[in-house]
Amino acid sequence: MRVKKLKGLVLQFVTFSELEHLETKGRIKKLLDLILDGKIIVLQGRLDPEEEARLIEDTMVLVGRIKGFKGVELAVIEPNNNNISVASKIRYGLAKALVRGSGSLTIIGPASIVKEIRRDPKKIELMFNK
Amino acid sequence: MGILIVRDFIKRVFFSIFSSKESISIGFYGPPNAGKTSLANKICKDWTGEELGKSSKIPHETRKVQFKEKVDIEYKGKKLTLKLIDTPGIATKIDYEDFLKFGMKKKDARTRAKEATQGIVEAIKWLDDVDAVIIVLDSTQNPYNQVNITIIGNLMARKIPVLVVGNKIDLLKSDIKKIEAAFPEYDVVGISAKFGKNMEEFYESLFKFVKKRR
Repeated sequence: MRVKKLKGLVLQFVTFSELEHLETKGRIKKLLDLILDGKIIVLQGRLDPEEEARLIEDTMVLVGRIKGFKGVELAVIEPNNNNISVASKIRYGLAKALVRGSGSLTIIGPASIVKEIRRDPKKIELMFNK
Repeated sequence: MGILIVRDFIKRVFFSIFSSKESISIGFYGPPNAGKTSLANKICKDWTGEELGKSSKIPHETRKVQFKEKVDIEYKGKKLTLKLIDTPGIATKIDYEDFLKFGMKKKDARTRAKEATQGIVEAIKWLDDVDAVIIVLDSTQNPYNQVNITIIGNLMARKIPVLVVGNKIDLLKSDIKKIEAAFPEYDVVGISAKFGKNMEEFYESLFKFVKKRR
């Protein structure tokens, strides 16, 4: 009997305490190592805007160096504040960035797996590449 | 209250920047294909007769930061001298296969992708060297995407003043109100850089954004 190999996706939960003690460089490296491993990260809290920019920069450097790596798909989800402005979200995010107990969640996945992340007040949709 | 604090702060920042400098470095930032180069070209063409760079339907046409120094703008008797800094569109992913859909050859698509990644790194580094930023968004697209939030967050963190432009208002799907709702703390101007639509209001906002605060 032919056994069909099942393919799976790994959602890796990264807690605040795992990143708390790291500098920006270390945080980004830890996240990118998981992404290069094909994992989709669910991060408790969020990076601050400068760390997000650093994540994009480091991602772009890797796109040029690692064959098959196309970058990341990224979304920050804040609790119950979908109708507030971007700047308010940022201020809220800055205040709560990687704070223990923050309601924010950051989803980061490899772009080769996650095509798009759609946010809705009551759900998150991860659209996958075929 | 919060909004007023932000506006007062921006007034103060503008006053200090623009009252002491002859030429103002304005960066054009935003996601790919929003029309940053088209707007920079329109401004250059209006005031210098020359364009700044090439624009295209294929994303990531601008893959290096490009400049135009000493662009003198005169509007209703007031003058401004700008250094325009057109930056590559910022994205979190680059796939050369996306360029193949536009009929590019594989080799060219790969080269374009590689250059685009370098351009994004360069654009982010330039955030430290601009006096003010015009964020150009495609008004037919959802403004709440993470790249926009990251750019705005970085500008806020660096205390860089921002003017938001919603481009492509000539298209049916354009929704400026959605951009205004997303960025109520900032002036939002809807334009069509391609057809020069609403440029009067843009220049008015640009001067208001700069001169009123002197």
